[in-house]
Amino acid sequence: MEKRVVFRSAWLPYLLVAPQIAITVVFFFWPAVQAVWYSFLLQDAFGLKTQFVGLQNFVALFNDPHYLQSFKITALFSVLVAGSGIVISLLLAAMADRVIRGALAYKTLLIWPYAVAPAIAGVLWAFMFAPSIGIVTYALKKMGVDWNWVVNGDQAMLLVVIAAVWNQISYNFLFFLAGLQSIPKSLIEAAAIDGAGPVRRFGSIVLPLLSPTTFFLLVINIVYAFFATFGVIDATTQGGPAGATQILVYKVFYDGVKAGDLGGSSAQSVVLMFIVITLTVIQFRFIERRVQY
Amino acid sequence: MFRIVMALAAALLALPWSAPALAKATEIQFWHAMGGARGAEIDALVARFNAAQKDVRVVATYKGPYDVVERAVFEAYRAKRTPHLVQVFEVGTADMIAARDLVKPVWRLMVDAGSPLDHGAFVPAVAAYFSDARGRLLALPFNTSTPVLYYNKDAFRKARLDPEHAPKTWYEMPKALGALLDSGAKCALTTTWPSWVLLENMGAWHNQPFATEDNGLGGTDARLNFNTRLMVRWISMLASWYKSGYFTWSGRRDDAEARFASGECAVLTASSSSYAELRRAARFDFGVAQLPYYDDFPEAPQNTLIGGAGLWALNGKTRSEYKAMARFIAYLAQPEVQAQWHQTTGYVPITKAAYMLTEKNGFYLSNPGHQVAVRQLLLRNPTRESKGIRLGHFLAIRAIIEEELEAVWGDRKTPLDALNSAVARGNALLEEFERANAPAGGRARRAKAK
Repeated sequence: MEKRVVFRSAWLPYLLVAPQIAITVVFFFWPAVQAVWYSFLLQDAFGLKTQFVGLQNFVALFNDPHYLQSFKITALFSVLVAGSGIVISLLLAAMADRVIRGALAYKTLLIWPYAVAPAIAGVLWAFMFAPSIGIVTYALKKMGVDWNWVVNGDQAMLLVVIAAVWNQISYNFLFFLAGLQSIPKSLIEAAAIDGAGPVRRFGSIVLPLLSPTTFFLLVINIVYAFFATFGVIDATTQGGPAGATQILVYKVFYDGVKAGDLGGSSAQSVVLMFIVITLTVIQFRFIERRVQY
Repeated sequence: MFRIVMALAAALLALPWSAPALAKATEIQFWHAMGGARGAEIDALVARFNAAQKDVRVVATYKGPYDVVERAVFEAYRAKRTPHLVQVFEVGTADMIAARDLVKPVWRLMVDAGSPLDHGAFVPAVAAYFSDARGRLLALPFNTSTPVLYYNKDAFRKARLDPEHAPKTWYEMPKALGALLDSGAKCALTTTWPSWVLLENMGAWHNQPFATEDNGLGGTDARLNFNTRLMVRWISMLASWYKSGYFTWSGRRDDAEARFASGECAVLTASSSSYAELRRAARFDFGVAQLPYYDDFPEAPQNTLIGGAGLWALNGKTRSEYKAMARFIAYLAQPEVQAQWHQTTGYVPITKAAYMLTEKNGFYLSNPGHQVAVRQLLLRNPTRESKGIRLGHFLAIRAIIEEELEAVWGDRKTPLDALNSAVARGNALLEEFERANAPAGGRARRAKAK
């Protein structure tokens, strides 16, 4: 028979979850509601004058071809960041799992980049890839590649993707490593005895058993690419050249914080919020069904 | 024994702090955006002021780069904890003026304190940026500079060009740039802060408009109109130079400075205040020259515009605090103080007297680079197009301009399309700024005045 723990008092469970709820409300729901409210307002930079303008901010947004272009760029950016971030870290985790000597050193080194703030990661990569003075640029020039991301949009996109992925790999790596280590060795051994090679074992046993982890990381990485990458972009391309790396969240940051346009920026963040909510719902409804727990 | 030593030490430590407390000095909080060597100059300036008198003690605080300082003021205002004086860059001028309750105009501050400023003493091109329509100073110009041409004299010699004479006009330029490239230079011409140098200053230098309403000095209903014949020609020429390697794009900030200092680029258009930094970093002989112009424009060269920051006095302080603020501002405007600031930092002097003083002392003989900028500003009396530019959302407008320029270099847009698109997109922001900042009160008052 299942044993269930039941609280006798009616208010104790609420009291116990209250701190968590309070934090969620104050730091997540309240700002979100405020963003929705601000998106209907037109304000000057100091907040001295405020007027209610209804949906005007949204109308202006969707009439702006550059804003619509930003959607395409964001889609590309988040697919690249989430996709390559997951693949690379799975590869690294699979290899680190097999290492016997010095495993701790490898793991520590692989986890390190997570401790680096996105803005600093951006500056580091921008330095290495800086046109004319960067060390990687120098090597690329030797190989005959004309590396100049201040003008070439594709190269700028590549740079921000590399910087964003590098910053997130450690996080993915940790989860994959933990996932790999929780797979029972007996399963893999049994497959090996049946004659399955390393690739077959990985494809038929390890990968399906990792699917909950992969799904979780997919959600997290998409959210990361959508929300947490403006630091990288601000430190490197600032959305340029010619808007080639102008992802939605960077535009929110730029318009709101730098350009002082709170209404327009709030409207953008409301749009962004809906996109991520939709994406997460889709992920849970359709992809999660295929996940084997 | 130990206790006695401790007590003595405590007494000694307390001494320098207790002295001003006894004199009851009025403390003035001053937020600025000058890091590094420039920050050290501010600290020295403030220290000299504090040492010169006992009634006022200025506390200078570095708050971060320009945009961070402006944001800090926004937040301080919302929290009702503003400093007394704050350094705000020229791009933020329209925001500061639009926030009427936030600012105490400097001219009023000085009049109230009984020591009005003599507006005729200021360099017109410098003062206009920070003045109202009646020519009264809203903020004290503090650290201002203007774009000039830097060129590598060693590279000029190698290319068999005259190292003492840089090209005067843009027509003479390609010959020099070609010779530089032929003699092995990896990069010929490049620029820092592209919107400021290539569009805003080129407009004023040729007496061509950047925006309506006297480039926005006349009111918040200004609209961009820099898609002129001059600009289309100029950007088209740069685009062809870009393709042939004569012109190199170094991004939207001041990365070009490092490329010039490393010897990679031979010619640079940059702020006159880069001089000290270039002198420190460059391992070669370089010259400073006037910004080139198109000599088929009859009104060119007019005068260039300034960039940099002004010192704003904030509202809501006590009468004695206002008096103290006025004293510090009066101190800063003194010719001797200005001349020293000009000579150590490379920023242009804000008063004519400071310029004369520097010239009389023979400073320019050993530092000719410092004079080029001042001459450019003083060349002629500023016109409607060359007084200054004051626009809302200016930071975002600059980003739009630079974004459109990048599309030109990337061959995705023609110069004309890019300029038209920059004007249209910028005007959408200006319309929004006008709506946000000229509600019932402002609009009605304007209408009545007319």
